[in-house]
Amino acid sequence: MTNNLVLMPILIPFFGAILLMILPKRIYLQRTVALIFSILLFLASLFLVFYVHKNGIMTLNIGNWDAPFGITMVGDMLALLLVTTSSIVLNCVVIYSFYTIGKPREKFLYYAVILFMMVGVNGSFLTGDIFNLFVFFEVMLMSSYVLLVIGGTKIQLKATIKYLLINVVGSAFFVVAIALLYSMIGTLNMADISQKIAALDGSGNYGMISVVAVMFLFVFGLKAGLFPLYFWLPGSYFAPPIPILALFGGLLTKVGVYAIMRTYSLFFYQLSDFVLPLLGILAIITIILGVIGAMSYYDLKTIVIYNILIAIGVILFSVSLMSREAMTGAVFYLIHDMIIKAALFLIVGVVMAITGYSSVKKFSGLMTVKPSLGWAFFIAILGLSGIPPLSGFFGKLLIVEGSFSAGMIVGGVIVLLSSLFVLMSLIKVFTRGFWGGKQGNFNLKIPYRKMMLPVVILLSISILYGVCSELMLPYISQAVDSLIDPSIYINAVFKE
Amino acid sequence: MELLMSILIGLMFAAAVYLILSKSLLRIIIGTAILSHGVNLLVLTMGGLKRGEAPILGLKVTTAYNDPIPQALILTAIVIGFGVTAFFLVLAYRAYQELDSESVSKTRGHEADDE
Repeated sequence: MTNNLVLMPILIPFFGAILLMILPKRIYLQRTVALIFSILLFLASLFLVFYVHKNGIMTLNIGNWDAPFGITMVGDMLALLLVTTSSIVLNCVVIYSFYTIGKPREKFLYYAVILFMMVGVNGSFLTGDIFNLFVFFEVMLMSSYVLLVIGGTKIQLKATIKYLLINVVGSAFFVVAIALLYSMIGTLNMADISQKIAALDGSGNYGMISVVAVMFLFVFGLKAGLFPLYFWLPGSYFAPPIPILALFGGLLTKVGVYAIMRTYSLFFYQLSDFVLPLLGILAIITIILGVIGAMSYYDLKTIVIYNILIAIGVILFSVSLMSREAMTGAVFYLIHDMIIKAALFLIVGVVMAITGYSSVKKFSGLMTVKPSLGWAFFIAILGLSGIPPLSGFFGKLLIVEGSFSAGMIVGGVIVLLSSLFVLMSLIKVFTRGFWGGKQGNFNLKIPYRKMMLPVVILLSISILYGVCSELMLPYISQAVDSLIDPSIYINAVFKE
Repeated sequence: MELLMSILIGLMFAAAVYLILSKSLLRIIIGTAILSHGVNLLVLTMGGLKRGEAPILGLKVTTAYNDPIPQALILTAIVIGFGVTAFFLVLAYRAYQELDSESVSKTRGHEADDE
């Protein structure tokens, strides 16, 4: 009976969204309902994390059909940690939206669409069925199309056309990959697929498994923004308003990363001769290109967008190593990155609200007006680049250790150097925009304190996450257990 | 039969890629529609095209039933594809009103406000 609770992270935003569709014009009602449901979602996922920590992986066979025949929802620690992190981001974005998104957008079901996106995101994290993953991806993508275009400005229309086209093609290939896998394996349940692939072990079909692995890499890499499939990301993410951007930057690409982690650790962990090195090399190139992008702009928003690419590269590189240490680092870094990216985008939003621009060539001396904003930004930068007491440090340390102990010296060094460049790209805009003489028009009539509240919440969570990483370790290592050893996941699905 | 279907699906994919790479937005949308047709046929083919009865329990079974799972998957994929295509068409219409063109070259450019 308690196993039904694993559906809460999907059902709570779902019912919230349906409720919000009833009275779209009542803005205050919309805001309260959206906030109540996102807080409920946070509490529910927090409860699930503690429950799973005590009792092991939760699985639910929907409709009482036994495991490979029905759809199974699997709440393992990794999925639930990510669900909790995304609900934290959701809460902060909802609060931030009250003051920034504007009434016209709020009247067009903005909060409902955000909650529908959470349905898709949480569903993708929790599902144990590959076709169901496709469906939840579509739920998430459909809502992200609407969020990207809501408001209908020219730049949003342009960006949405490209983003939509890219994702339609990506989804088509996802179905192709599932069809190929089904023709070989004959099942859609992820645990069952894992077992059957392991049983193939070197027989005639085995080459095709590599092909499917590369197709999955193509599909999820497109969602995650992996080289050479990241080309849509800088343009599309530039278009929407800041709260939507924070939601996208915090969650959307990370779902692609999670899907790669899940499929590669569960299905393709044996393909270490070709597919895993391919993932590693692509991730390294992603880091390098992200660094180049981040260094070459003076625009705050664009720099943070390119920093998404760097983080994706770092996480996927350590996933490709498939060792316990590197995986722990990857999970640590993934959670840190979701929080800190959302915080950074929200800070950029405050800067843009005050100065009217996101490029630091247009203003300087912001520190003289809003010192608290400057220091918040500074702490966020240090956290992002991984200065020891803050949150980015521990994950990256484990990733570098993992890559050195796996003999990937070049990869480890590139990850280390990338930290330096991340720091440099943001310190550059910090010194130009926040220091120096006062320049540019500062609009101080914004609800500054209210806008800073979600930023402060996110930053303090991020600092706590760094300082208390020792406390987080048991949860994270439980998450890594099922990544490193697929039999834990399989046994949980096929229990009894 | 599978070979014939594979060739047909390959042709559909080729046509879809050609159309998606063109300049007009409407051609691109037609391309995505053809792509999803190709994908759906692929799912059907990959499930196997053996001769059997339609998967309805009431039928008198002579040999065997066809695999019902790919059909359910296709049905899901069709509906999703339909929704996305409808949204894409309306988006193209909006873009045509707003940008006065249905050429994708008009969708060029955002830029960081660096300069």
